[in-house]
Amino acid sequence: MATPTLSKTDAMEAAAAASPFITVTFRIRRFNPEISDEAQWQDFQIEIDPKERVLDGLHKIKWDLDGTLTFRRSCAHGICGSDAMRINGKNRLACKTLIKDINPEKPITIEAIKGLTVMKDLVVDMEPFFQAYRDVMPFLVTTGNEPTRERLQSAEDRERFDDTTKCILCAACTSSCPVFWNDGQYFGPAAIVNAHRFIFDSRDEAGEQRLEILNDKDGVWRCRTTFNCTDACPRGIEVTKAIQEVKRALITRRF
Amino acid sequence: MKIHKYDTVIVGAGGAGMRAAIEATKLSRTAVLTKLYPTRSHTGAAQGGMAAALANVEDDNWEWHTFDTVKGGDYLVDQDAAEILAKEAIDAVLDLEKMGLPFNRTPDGTIDQRRFGGHSRNHGEAPVRRSCYAADRTGHMILQTLYQNCVKEGVEFFNEFYVLDQLLVEEDGVKKSAGVVAYELATGEIHVFQAKSVIYASGGTGKFFKVTSNAHTLTGDGQAACYRRGLPLEDMEFFQFHPTGIWRMGILLTEGARGEGGILRNKDGERFMEKYAPVMKDLASRDVVSRSIYTEIREGRGCGPAGDHVYLDLTHLPPEQLDAKLPDITEFARTYLGIEPYTDPIPIQPTAHYAMGGIPTNVEGEVLADNTTVVPGLYAAGEVACVSVHGANRLGTNSLLDINVFGKRSGIAAAKYAHANDYVALPENPAQQVIDLVERLRDSTGNERVADLRLELQETMDACVMVFRTEQTIKTAVEKIAELRERYKNVSVQDKGKRFNTDLLEAIELGNLLDLAEVMAVSALARKESRGGHYREDYPNRDDVNFMRHTMAYREVGDDGKDSVRLDYKPVVVTRYQPMERKY
Repeated sequence: MATPTLSKTDAMEAAAAASPFITVTFRIRRFNPEISDEAQWQDFQIEIDPKERVLDGLHKIKWDLDGTLTFRRSCAHGICGSDAMRINGKNRLACKTLIKDINPEKPITIEAIKGLTVMKDLVVDMEPFFQAYRDVMPFLVTTGNEPTRERLQSAEDRERFDDTTKCILCAACTSSCPVFWNDGQYFGPAAIVNAHRFIFDSRDEAGEQRLEILNDKDGVWRCRTTFNCTDACPRGIEVTKAIQEVKRALITRRF
Repeated sequence: MKIHKYDTVIVGAGGAGMRAAIEATKLSRTAVLTKLYPTRSHTGAAQGGMAAALANVEDDNWEWHTFDTVKGGDYLVDQDAAEILAKEAIDAVLDLEKMGLPFNRTPDGTIDQRRFGGHSRNHGEAPVRRSCYAADRTGHMILQTLYQNCVKEGVEFFNEFYVLDQLLVEEDGVKKSAGVVAYELATGEIHVFQAKSVIYASGGTGKFFKVTSNAHTLTGDGQAACYRRGLPLEDMEFFQFHPTGIWRMGILLTEGARGEGGILRNKDGERFMEKYAPVMKDLASRDVVSRSIYTEIREGRGCGPAGDHVYLDLTHLPPEQLDAKLPDITEFARTYLGIEPYTDPIPIQPTAHYAMGGIPTNVEGEVLADNTTVVPGLYAAGEVACVSVHGANRLGTNSLLDINVFGKRSGIAAAKYAHANDYVALPENPAQQVIDLVERLRDSTGNERVADLRLELQETMDACVMVFRTEQTIKTAVEKIAELRERYKNVSVQDKGKRFNTDLLEAIELGNLLDLAEVMAVSALARKESRGGHYREDYPNRDDVNFMRHTMAYREVGDDGKDSVRLDYKPVVVTRYQPMERKY
């Protein structure tokens, strides 16, 4: 066994022990219709270790400065998909974005994701997003008798749709899409990703039906391949590629 | 206030809740209430796998799995329940595969399996490959698959509804469930859900610790709602500390990393687990590994400038293996620590992970009002419940199994109960307790802040009732918790609005955590022995004569209106396995 190189870990530990706090400005788009119909920017100054997450900064504000600041969060490490927001103009998860990686010298702007109705501060109405997801039949469909044991699937067939199984339904992709901003009827990247996950699953038998759903005027053909979705995905899913694969399947009817 | 009527109401939409919903919705009119959105639940953060003796890759059988579960739980497991868990594991995994779960596959196309802590061949001979997995995102796949099937079955969800009270009504001298009271986050409106049967599947309570793998939202809401209505909580002193949380942050790094060959090392590079568990080594049960890590740290062999952690070393594993089997946890190390697991060891420390205790149930998921009496119409499953299949220490991969086996069982049982029984009449002013709670907190002008009290609670719990405990540390915790509960009466919130008032909900959640922390500390103080996750330095041995029994904690309110915890005990169900010395 090779001896592990300790250099990087050592340096990280030393830096962590020093914990140099810096002052950062969070510039947050506030909106509360109980108080005003107008949204406005509000600045908060916080002391924070640059290796902490944007979510930690939001908690500092909520817990120490202004309890009315409202946002969703749960797992705090990029798995639950609650805290997608627009940070410095890009869709990201607040819990996967470290302060040091987004130029803390300047004010960090934070606003709700676009294209969905803002309910309060950073909270949007997720219902249209989940409706589009439900519309693509996001579940395995099979016919005939169930086998007594598991269905067999080769490792290669399993790998075929691996990328799109990673989706956490955070809406970072869909709400980064200019087509979706202009027309909320468009299914949006996340719904297509979840259709892809089943269309290319060798066990599934409803690929044709899903393709027909996505052949609709609000389906995959609306995609303009701007790659915003791929850039926005916190799970590293190649979203645009998945959409292209669905388009190709619609033309060739092979999947 | 709105009143809804359903046959079956399920509280929580993680693995147990949605597995129950898939069954219940076929048999009865069912509503699922969740304080999040279903796919945000913490089942999604589980990584390593789900145990089942499929024997796809090597010899295995459910009896070995039962034994490992009983031994892993340090003989506090109810053995009839463990046998059901291990037997039904096989169908539970196959059910999920048929629902579409994308498991990793063997070259033959069957479900692949890997090693995990405490799971062994033939009663402890050697590690066995029993964990069915999908890379290191098995929980994510289970949560997604169950949600997909809920969509398929048309399950009705009420998202962002916080259940804050359990309605119990005495009928013919028996306490029965009449429904629940919920707070709607979006509007601040109070809803009463009258139901013939109610299933709690609301998860754990890890947020009373500071370093924890648990989500911010795991605040024991279901346990607290039942406890305040006089129902017992079982074995709350038993909490699992997962050996490998990211240093300081507590983010989980799966035991599957060690199942794939990862090694724990101290500052001298020594593979120290060989000293503590000569056979299973790094794959000993979690309580054993966590104690070993802290022993290394206490004896001066910890890593880093403060010597306060050890390393998880994956550097000898091929990068292709890490990419294929452990993609998420290696990404966590890169994202949050800025280190490269191909070449650098990962600093880790034990992290508060899982409540073995909870609302006591029998094997059908029926909630118990005491050692034997069932509460008609009330069910619980998953981490919120205590069946008890985990005893004093849960084995890795047995929780994803638990939620599927007992989620399904409770879903069927609750729906059948709803068929056979009528509604229990709602009490007068059913929402009064919740209305009072919400108004008191919203209108309070007290000078205590939620964040301060919560942090003091978490720091106290980390310092006093973690991996090592003594009478002195637990007493310190009991006193501090009493002080915090007193100060909680003066807590106020800044957000006075009705719309998405998460400030208010955090205050309510803190109240739940404080009550449950008290139960935990009081239960721990009385257990003068060491067993599984509960280690008393002043009583380092297991004491089967006096303590091979479950703790049952009840809330009692005195004539002066003050409440306290009363402890009782319940015998352990022993079928096949007499207690033996536990070695790994």
